[in-house]
Amino acid sequence: MAAEAGEVRLIGAWPSPFVLRPRVALNLKGVEYEFLQEKFGEKSELLLRSNPVYKKIPVLLHHDKSVCESMIIVEYVDGAWANSGHAILPADPYERALHRFWAFYIDDKWFPSMFGIAKAETEEAKAESAEQAWAGLKLLEEAFEKLSKGKAFFGGDIIGYVDIALGAYLGWAKVIEQMTGLKLLDEEKTPLLAIWAERFCAHEAVKEVTPETEKLMEFAKMHFGK
Amino acid sequence: MDPPSSLKLLGSWADSHTHRVQLALKLKGLEFEYQEEDAINPSPALLLHNPVYKKVPVLLHSDRPVVESVVILQYIDETWADNPIMPADPFERAVARFWCHFAEDKLAPAVGAVFSSSGEGQKTAVDQVHDNLKLLERELRDGAFKGKRFFGGDKIGLLDIVLGCGSYWLAVFEEVMEVKLVDPGTFPVFHAWLKDFEEQNEVKETIPAIDKLLEYARGIRQMMLSLSNGTSTTAPAAAGTTSAINVAVDGRSG
Repeated sequence: MAAEAGEVRLIGAWPSPFVLRPRVALNLKGVEYEFLQEKFGEKSELLLRSNPVYKKIPVLLHHDKSVCESMIIVEYVDGAWANSGHAILPADPYERALHRFWAFYIDDKWFPSMFGIAKAETEEAKAESAEQAWAGLKLLEEAFEKLSKGKAFFGGDIIGYVDIALGAYLGWAKVIEQMTGLKLLDEEKTPLLAIWAERFCAHEAVKEVTPETEKLMEFAKMHFGK
Repeated sequence: MDPPSSLKLLGSWADSHTHRVQLALKLKGLEFEYQEEDAINPSPALLLHNPVYKKVPVLLHSDRPVVESVVILQYIDETWADNPIMPADPFERAVARFWCHFAEDKLAPAVGAVFSSSGEGQKTAVDQVHDNLKLLERELRDGAFKGKRFFGGDKIGLLDIVLGCGSYWLAVFEEVMEVKLVDPGTFPVFHAWLKDFEEQNEVKETIPAIDKLLEYARGIRQMMLSLSNGTSTTAPAAAGTTSAINVAVDGRSG
């Protein structure tokens, strides 16, 4: 169901993994939207007005109402366009609880450990963060086994809530791999996730909004001096 | 309705996240078994059912664990449809979830910081609590919750439960720390909401008596002060003391 022009707008920036999440959700639902690219280092008036509490992207504007926080936006898109595309969250309340829990874990614990690798100033700190990130991925590998039930995604046959939560970080994970020489998604450590990562990135709803690793690397060097 | 024995809650008596789940279960009229957990000494059941975070609350429904209080609240709401906690409209749900996130991400840590600091550090923490309350006050007065009795409308909803179970620490800390956190003059709408919330029968049955909370808070504060020299801006993170208050206020472990 295509939205009218101007009805759906997303304030974001192309390198942000958090912005990727609602973009994938909107693509899965076949919703047309206007992408409002923020300039790095500046916050637009619209952003400040739409997200006065955090002043951060992404922000979804739907009928001029603003929705903030990436996974909250994903859940909103799932509800607002319930009759389009696939359901992003499963129907069963217990499975929904599992998806919500792992999405929470990914942002609360896993992302900081991955980001810790990039921020690390010593080899010891880097190794410690990497150990934490791998340990987290082992947990997520088990979660994948349980949730996917042998299918392609955490959501089963289709991209679901946890796929979006974790998949959004894959671009930056590749950058960190290239920068550090460490293999995050290692076929030996987490074989299911290694395959899942390829599959997720190749999906048509994801491909077109995923920045190329080289562009992300350039961005990282330019803005974070690495 | 499920037989009572199918629901079991692992919780801690002074933990606001546990109170959230207890309140939700009460609002839904659901019976449950309760097991008290010691945050410093988790039971085998807790370690088994929440291996990732090893903390309360954990709701067991027919032995299947649900973890993280806001996840648990939504699970309860989606499993038992009567007396809904969540709004029906997707946008209103998104708003409720956003402010729950704000409560966990900004407000609770700021309130915890008031308790675990002194001197200049505490003054900064108090200012942060005020800044956060201002945002809520504005939303209640002019924003998404304008004209509503509760955040959930006429009845208590998800956001009332999340904010309400924890806001009682504000009054406790005001007394123990002798700081002003919720001044009715500055935050009239928030103050009125909190008083209204605390008067609800189910809430009165859930939240421990104020004198027990005061005793608990005073005990921890004494321990912290006796460990620090009293002039540092943040009390040292002595095992157990900071952890206990963190568990109580915002559910963080360690």
